[in-house]
Amino acid sequence: MEKIKTLADLKRIKENVQAKIELRERSERPGELVQVKVAMATCGIAAGSKETMNYFIDHLDKNGIRAVVTQTGCMGYCYAEPTVEISKPGKEPIVFGGVTPARAEEIIQRYLKNDELVEGIIPVNYRSV
Amino acid sequence: MNNTQSLPMESTIKLQIDRRDVAVAPGTSILEAARGAGIHVPSLCYMNLRDTCISNLPASCRICVVEVEGRRNLAPACSTRCEEGMKVTTTSARVMNAQKTVLELILSDHPTDCLICPKSGNCDLQEMAARLKIREVPFKGEQSSHVKESSPSIIRDMNKCIYCRRCEMMCNKVQTVGALAAVNRGFNATIAPAFERPLGESECTYCGQCVAVCPVGALTENDHTNRLLADLADPSKTVIVQTAPAVRAALGEEFGLPAGTSVTGRMVSALRALGFDKVFDTDFAADLTIMEEGSELLDRLARFLDGDKTVALPILTSCCPAWVNFFEHHFPDMLDIPSSARSPQQMFGAIAKNWWAREAGVKREDLVVVSIMPCLAKKYECARDEFKENGDPDVNYSLSTRELAGLIKRANVEFDSLPDGDFDRPMGESTGAGVIFGATGGVMEAALRTAHELYTGKKLENVNFESVRGLQGIKKATVDLDGFELKIGIAHGLGNARALLEEIREKRCEYHAIEIMACPGGCIGGGGQPLHHGDSARLKARARALYAEDAGKPSRKSHENPCIIKLYEEFLGKPLGEKAHHLLHTSYFNKGKAIQER
Amino acid sequence: MSYKMHVLVCGGTGCRASNSQEIIARLRESLEERHLDGEVQVIATGCFGFCEQGPIVKIMPDNTFYTRVTPGDTAEIINEHVVKGRKVERLLYKDPREDKSVSDSKHMGFYQKQLRVALRNCGFIDPENLEEYIARDGYAALAKCLGEMTPREVIDEIKRSGLRGRGGGGFPTGLKWEFAGKYRADQKYVVCNADEGDPGAFMDRSIMEGDPHSVIEAMAICGYSIGASKGLVYIRAEYPLAIQRLKIAIEQARACGLLGERILGSDFNFSIELRYGAGAFVCGEETALIHSMEGARGEPTMKPPFPAESGYLGRPTNVNNVETLANIPVIITKGAGWFNKIGTERSKGTKVFALAGKINNVGLIEVPMGTTLREVIYEIGGGIKNGKKFKAVQTGGPSGGCLTEKHLDVPIDFDNLLASGSMMGSGGMIVMDEDDCMVAVAKFYLEFTVEESCGKCTPCRVGNKRLHEILDKITRGEGEPADVDRLRNLGKVIKDTALCGLGQTSPNPVLSTLDNFPGEYAAHINERKCPAGRCKALLSYVIDPRLCIGCTLCTRACPAAAIVGNRKEPHAIDAAKCIKCGTCVEKCKFKAIFIR
Repeated sequence: MEKIKTLADLKRIKENVQAKIELRERSERPGELVQVKVAMATCGIAAGSKETMNYFIDHLDKNGIRAVVTQTGCMGYCYAEPTVEISKPGKEPIVFGGVTPARAEEIIQRYLKNDELVEGIIPVNYRSV
Repeated sequence: MNNTQSLPMESTIKLQIDRRDVAVAPGTSILEAARGAGIHVPSLCYMNLRDTCISNLPASCRICVVEVEGRRNLAPACSTRCEEGMKVTTTSARVMNAQKTVLELILSDHPTDCLICPKSGNCDLQEMAARLKIREVPFKGEQSSHVKESSPSIIRDMNKCIYCRRCEMMCNKVQTVGALAAVNRGFNATIAPAFERPLGESECTYCGQCVAVCPVGALTENDHTNRLLADLADPSKTVIVQTAPAVRAALGEEFGLPAGTSVTGRMVSALRALGFDKVFDTDFAADLTIMEEGSELLDRLARFLDGDKTVALPILTSCCPAWVNFFEHHFPDMLDIPSSARSPQQMFGAIAKNWWAREAGVKREDLVVVSIMPCLAKKYECARDEFKENGDPDVNYSLSTRELAGLIKRANVEFDSLPDGDFDRPMGESTGAGVIFGATGGVMEAALRTAHELYTGKKLENVNFESVRGLQGIKKATVDLDGFELKIGIAHGLGNARALLEEIREKRCEYHAIEIMACPGGCIGGGGQPLHHGDSARLKARARALYAEDAGKPSRKSHENPCIIKLYEEFLGKPLGEKAHHLLHTSYFNKGKAIQER
Repeated sequence: MSYKMHVLVCGGTGCRASNSQEIIARLRESLEERHLDGEVQVIATGCFGFCEQGPIVKIMPDNTFYTRVTPGDTAEIINEHVVKGRKVERLLYKDPREDKSVSDSKHMGFYQKQLRVALRNCGFIDPENLEEYIARDGYAALAKCLGEMTPREVIDEIKRSGLRGRGGGGFPTGLKWEFAGKYRADQKYVVCNADEGDPGAFMDRSIMEGDPHSVIEAMAICGYSIGASKGLVYIRAEYPLAIQRLKIAIEQARACGLLGERILGSDFNFSIELRYGAGAFVCGEETALIHSMEGARGEPTMKPPFPAESGYLGRPTNVNNVETLANIPVIITKGAGWFNKIGTERSKGTKVFALAGKINNVGLIEVPMGTTLREVIYEIGGGIKNGKKFKAVQTGGPSGGCLTEKHLDVPIDFDNLLASGSMMGSGGMIVMDEDDCMVAVAKFYLEFTVEESCGKCTPCRVGNKRLHEILDKITRGEGEPADVDRLRNLGKVIKDTALCGLGQTSPNPVLSTLDNFPGEYAAHINERKCPAGRCKALLSYVIDPRLCIGCTLCTRACPAAAIVGNRKEPHAIDAAKCIKCGTCVEKCKFKAIFIR
């Protein structure tokens, strides 16, 4: 590692390495952050959920949204894959269906940034633990 | 009763001990403060020889605990410093119960063979048990079982050890010998040479300072009293005795006389009463030592001044056997520096068996030469192979001052009322120079008296060299020999000797002559002397007794001893001559190597 | 590209002993095979604390906590969880209280009441990676001290925090630093006491293994505040992993200038060396520790002089325990005010305990001071094993006291434990159930202190030995009524007169069991009975002739040939020959053999 000669050096390094453990830090306190759960069972993967998940991971950060992106098993809405469950702090989770990268961008911009409602919400009949 | 103490001006700390106001100098322990105020606090491991900077404060026996107001636990008085406003109680029920219990614990792991213990009657633990009225030990359990070990000088019976660590302190801090140290832990902890090997395979010099401070019977001398009795009872044997200078200055203490009482005459009478055929004096041999050692000094000096680069200077005295053991162990690279002269004990033995026996018509095998020494290393020295002829030692065995006292008491000799006797001639004739061998600086002073006259050829008017006397650990002085500045050094205690020797080894200091005595104070503080029980005033008083005896002698220079002059004329020839070389000189060995090879 | 998933695997000594290194290797292999190694990172962390359930594998960001993972489970974890997003149900922790599996550690009883301050990075970061420590605000405290605070201000901040020594003594840390700072000398030392000696306690080891930089940073902060440029870690040689991690961390800090000369552009120089101890319990006592570091015999000496005045090589020395030090950086970064809100009136912050004994959740826990024993034992510890009844809890290591039911609601802190007849010690906590004999327990602890006493002072050397012998006598059924008073008086005198903390506390197990379980002592002594059925000498094995059918199974199994009887006739046990091994009871199919 490079020499840390000043306080500024230390701060710079901290900023650079922060991302390395950011994922862990965020998941320690998911209640304070946006949680994005992407259904990643066979049906989801076949419908492109992997791309969707990658899109969320890359673009949430770019938009300055502190979020935890996790994968879960099949949510039971195979007709609407890729499905994504999103919980904002203090709010009930909402499940979105047919989330392609383009729809993901829309969700980020409208629901997550501006709190507007977005098409494609699946009414849920379960509670996740 | 007067409750306030008279206070020195610098006292600054005021406290209460048992509701009495006491004021002491900062740094004073509660124990010292209490004793200063006349309050007895019992102690076992504590020891403080004030004038010699020797103290033992492990705070380990826990007998001296006292109650200090505001503290959760009892405090050991020996190592708790007085603090302003402190309130100390030394005799509360809690304190006395704790002291009693701790003593019971010590006794629960101590043999109860007081009847046959060499320390009986002179044992701090025995006295403590009596004082605290212990009649029964409530704790029964495992007893320490260490192997009792015997060396030529010292007997170790660690089952009697109370782990006060005094011997360890003496051996390491004061003497820097490093033969004894704590080993094992918990209940098995004990004091032993490294790897629990025998003393004889350790760096032990047999100085006996461990024995001198042992409060119990764990470390005692190898006692030859019964061997002596057997020889005295054997009519076919001629038994003669020599007594070292320091013995006469301390023997009286064993008979209740104040320290510093010179008992030379009574000692001679007692020895005669015991049945010795001749009572001689090691002082005679001390004068002889000066002749040889002084001549060696002058010889080395002369060669040095002539520009001889091979000459070893400074010359070191060699009359102390523990010191000889010490440099053989720790300074094997410097074996050429000490004088080759034998110690007075061994010179006496050589002359007795090779000259006096012939003169007196006694066969060597019928002659028993006994020495009374303030020293335990002398027991080892006389058993060294170099000092034997066909296996027969020049000095058969050596008894300590303590052993002699014990024998006198046992023989019902009324020591107090004995008339003064005089030594037999010729080997009882001595000068004041021989007497002062017993105190640190004495050998050097005696040598100076002779060397001065021999070197300058002029009569020395003032024979008192005050600069070499006293209890200072290392003394340095320059003596004017008619224009030649003789640089001398004196050390007592092997720790001081080590410091001085390291200076020489690293060539940080220039000396011509050095005197070294292994024991603090010199032979007066020897390992075979009456126990000082932590009282350093005794050492000073003993030294005063020797200097007084010196001052009262008609002759105070060794070379003026008429019997010595006659001995050279009739038998030895001249100092450093061939016969003298054969009988009065020796050589040294690398002992560390010998142990390693074993 | 950043990783989408972190797989944390415990790399502490306990989980390593259960193959966690192989688990890590296999996880990495599986990920490589599936070309997922760019997306999923496997990290060896320090101890998670839940050692009972180890080896632990925790998957982030979804916080899935897998327990008792074996190398054979790795493929399934990758295939199911990582690839398909399906949790591996059978590896999840089953909550014994509700009998259902819990996947997120935050919802486990074991973690719910915990507050991890000293252990903040353990089980979270890779201890061999300085960057991860820095990312967690590492060395920010040192930077703050050097850049914005005077040594005096640092000491004041620590004083204000109320932090007390976690090694056993509970002495206020800030005050200790102040003393060491006061003395002038050419050289001063900061010593980290890593000679963790309480049997079963491993918080210090876990911190050094899981977060070594926190200790290094704290030592440097202490060095700055007291004016010391040299630090020494006295660590027992039996801690090879902790030693290795410390060495790596010291080297990392040195390489990038966080140790060495002119740290972070200041005038402050600080270096750290390791000193190895041979594992003597008494060397946890600071004066004994210092003697041991000097190469002398490891035994305590009287205080004063305190190490702050005359310590290592006679120089002013500040000795702090590992856990104490681990608190320092957080106190500096978050402020004394944050820290002193945690805990009780006179004991601030948290304390790490090593939970052990007859308890469901054995492990390392950290709770705020003031948490009750009940919360620790029943909520965090998950209650007593096998549904047995709680009998006692021994806190404070081998020289702590045994507390009972009536102490369960005592809020744990330094003073309350002392007042209850026990102590905080370094945080050992051993739970006992109805099957434990309290006389035997006291004897067991005494055996340890007898073994570990340095032997220097009489009360500890001989006194503890005698205490042990009396207890042994009682458990052999040879006790006499006077023994109770003898134990009590001797115990009190030892406490009152011993030289160091070891001896001053060693009678605690005896005195506390005498106070709390007088009936058990009485039963052993007066009735020659061990109520818990533990003391072999007081038991006898008897065959009920009505139940015995003479099958001879026991006769053949008895190693001492103590059972006699003809085939198909009731057998009998010869008490003189019986060695009370219990084999016959196990063998008997008819439950005909009893212990009386």
